[in-house]
Amino acid sequence: MTQSGSPTPPSPSAGRSPLLEMQDIQISFGGVPALRNANLSVAAGEVHALIGQNGAGKSTMIKILTGAYRRGGGTVRFEGREIDFRTPKEAREAGISTIYQEINLVPFRSVAENIFLGREPRRYGLIDWRAVQQRAAALLESFGLQIDVKKPVRSYSTAIQQMVALARAVSSDAKMVIMDESTSSLDEREVELLFTVVRKLRDDGRAVIFVSHRLDELYALCDRVTVMRDGQTVAQSTMAEMDKLQLVTTMLGRTLAAVVQEDAAAREANLARRGAQVMAAHNLSAHPKVTDVSLEVHAGEAVGLAGLLGSGRTETMRLMFGADPLEQGTLAVGGETVTLKSPQDAIARGLAYLTEDRKGDGIVPELSVRDNLTLVCLRTLAKHGVVDVKKQQAIVDRFIASLGIKLRSPDQPIRELSGGNQQKVLLARWLAAEPSLLLLDEPTRGIDVGAKADVAKIVRELRDAGLAVLMSASELEELTAVADRAVVIRDGRTVAELNGAQMSESSIMDAIAYGSDGSSQIAEAAHTAHIEDALEGDRHGA
Amino acid sequence: MALKSLKSLGNQAAQPLAAQTPLSAPDGAAQQQKKRHRITIQREIIVLLAMLVFNLLFTQHFWSLQTFNVNLTQVVTIVIVGIGMTLVVATGGIDLSVGASMAISGALAPMLFMNIPGAGGIALAFVLPILAAAACGVFNGLLVTKLSVQPIVATLVLFIAGRGIAQVVTDGSLQAFNNPAFQWIALGKVGGVPFQVLLMFALVALFAWIVRKTLFGQYLLITGGNEKAAYLCGVPTARIKLIAYTLCAALAGLAGLISISVNSSSDANVVGLGSELDAIAAVAVGGTALTGGKAYIGGTLIGALIIQLLRFTLLAHGIPDAAALVVKAAIIIAAVYVQRRSR
Repeated sequence: MTQSGSPTPPSPSAGRSPLLEMQDIQISFGGVPALRNANLSVAAGEVHALIGQNGAGKSTMIKILTGAYRRGGGTVRFEGREIDFRTPKEAREAGISTIYQEINLVPFRSVAENIFLGREPRRYGLIDWRAVQQRAAALLESFGLQIDVKKPVRSYSTAIQQMVALARAVSSDAKMVIMDESTSSLDEREVELLFTVVRKLRDDGRAVIFVSHRLDELYALCDRVTVMRDGQTVAQSTMAEMDKLQLVTTMLGRTLAAVVQEDAAAREANLARRGAQVMAAHNLSAHPKVTDVSLEVHAGEAVGLAGLLGSGRTETMRLMFGADPLEQGTLAVGGETVTLKSPQDAIARGLAYLTEDRKGDGIVPELSVRDNLTLVCLRTLAKHGVVDVKKQQAIVDRFIASLGIKLRSPDQPIRELSGGNQQKVLLARWLAAEPSLLLLDEPTRGIDVGAKADVAKIVRELRDAGLAVLMSASELEELTAVADRAVVIRDGRTVAELNGAQMSESSIMDAIAYGSDGSSQIAEAAHTAHIEDALEGDRHGA
Repeated sequence: MALKSLKSLGNQAAQPLAAQTPLSAPDGAAQQQKKRHRITIQREIIVLLAMLVFNLLFTQHFWSLQTFNVNLTQVVTIVIVGIGMTLVVATGGIDLSVGASMAISGALAPMLFMNIPGAGGIALAFVLPILAAAACGVFNGLLVTKLSVQPIVATLVLFIAGRGIAQVVTDGSLQAFNNPAFQWIALGKVGGVPFQVLLMFALVALFAWIVRKTLFGQYLLITGGNEKAAYLCGVPTARIKLIAYTLCAALAGLAGLISISVNSSSDANVVGLGSELDAIAAVAVGGTALTGGKAYIGGTLIGALIIQLLRFTLLAHGIPDAAALVVKAAIIIAAVYVQRRSR
């Protein structure tokens, strides 16, 4: 059994040389190493799971393989030959086909055209449409799919579109198919259908690399697994040799033994001191990402929102902030049931929301630090519609000093600042609005270690000053460093609430893996004998 | 509730952290930063000055009040339309219907002051046409915000239909008139300077101030700079866009009134024809990025002056107007190219 934590040597598949062998892959972006000695070995005729946290290096690895990035070091061997693709086209021609989350088909053209796009069979120099359609239909029928190939691709469901993409890969004689989060927008039945096709590809002797965050799917489909963390390969094993809990612990970089207890007393004390309820969410739902989430946050406490990527953390926060429409469930602010029609409503009620995607919906890149920092409170700085520049400058100076934001001048465009300093400006942007509840979605994502510690410190101080904080983080270590208790969500449902002493990295991981809040199950669950039960249990119970 | 006690939150949380990280912005660096910031428009000013020097040296009779006035009056309508266009472009949009808005207001005004006698008629002839043009802007704004139609398509609607409306209103006939009171807006002079030129400068100053100092101006740049972020920060992005399109159309309406006053006639077929492209060109040459998030009102003035002076220079040196159009296109390409490179 492969234990987590330490890097393991690539496991030699018995007898056969692997179809793909990536060894000691290195790459840096702007001097920051993104991959350090990463390995991936995939044999023909297997479905290989590639998993890891956000930023662990999975997609970088795939991009190097498909020629989107050039590697900085290491070797890539495909079919025994050393290769170095310079463009995705070269990879495709060598037989590596990628199916992305956003399917790259031409929506308004027919299924048949899409399958043979760029490789249409010809007769007398013209496209032989009859052959195109016949061959497309035959191919899909071999997948067990009988559909009208003359209809445009967009008239079919996402699952069928995925299969058309697979058919395209097969028709181009792809020896290896990479599926990047292909199932994230499919329902259960569609996933089953897709899996049948993937298994067929495997049985034909093709290799499939499968990237997904849904643990159940990995066990249902994959033969072997490579786990990545911090740009390194941390485990390579067969799926059978690694149970769910191990998978999660390996992915998150914690061992089972690392139960952090020292802070328990402090957390309990904090929880005992906490004030009135600031916000409560009951049975929130908005399909497809959030199905049933309930949680509450009190003044003077920091609540951690835990869950894997895609579990519905961001979506839950957006619902709580009125950024997306709520389908079902209720929200209460200060004990009063409210309907939040827009973020503007939420802000008026004292809520603040630091988004996960700093570049996408956080900073206004071309504007100055000053303008970015006062974005939310600007309204209160205006008298008769004219901004009081003196007051504005006072706020900017105060927060630059208090949060330790490093810059040349407040007039500097924010895009010139480092990630950590940008994040502090955004935090200040919300604090300047004097909120009563802070929703922090991955506040430490993509910033350096020093800035991470600063952010954690600021959050703790805000909590002590009486603010209510709800924070999510992929790194459990960061979550437990700040939070007094944790709410765990999985596939859009709250599955556990771990208070004070109950909360530890391992109990959170346990809840993430099995969807229950039993903090005492860790030891038991580690036994392989229980895995099948646990698997069955959460498939029905979830 | 805890809300009250958190009034001085920033301060409280601040103290422990303040000591550890000193503010690292020495004054010299801050000043340098300020200098760098002004360069954006300096480049355009240098081009304009170079052209002036060239003309002073090589164009006969360039140094005269008459040349000065001719060039400025020719540029007034483009600048006034360009101010509004700058606002719309700052939101990341574009307005193709400004020429049509000019035609609508230009068609309405003579019908009012020719049929209603006295000062009341004159007043109505200013107010109603501008309101009608503003209504066009509201229509554009609603298409863009409520129906999420792409700005170029949304404003194409009135680009096509607007001039048609103006023609229907006037029965397609040319309205000739002589009304010194109304036409004073274009023909009047204050201290030897045409009133329309003073009006243009006043509007440039006013809107430059609005963009820099008011809440609306800030929200405009934020909406154009990152609309998703603006929405999540509680900025009323839809209302800001609606206001930008409305102001743009109202300013076009005003430009329409000046245009007919200069000509002493209003022809719905001709008023404001092609002015949308002239205005967009002035905005682009003036340094405002067409991708949104920036608004240089002063830049638009200078952009319009550069284009006008170029045309004048070519004409003064015997190059036909048709050829001047090609040069105009070239300078727009050059301006956009320089903008892209400096990013």
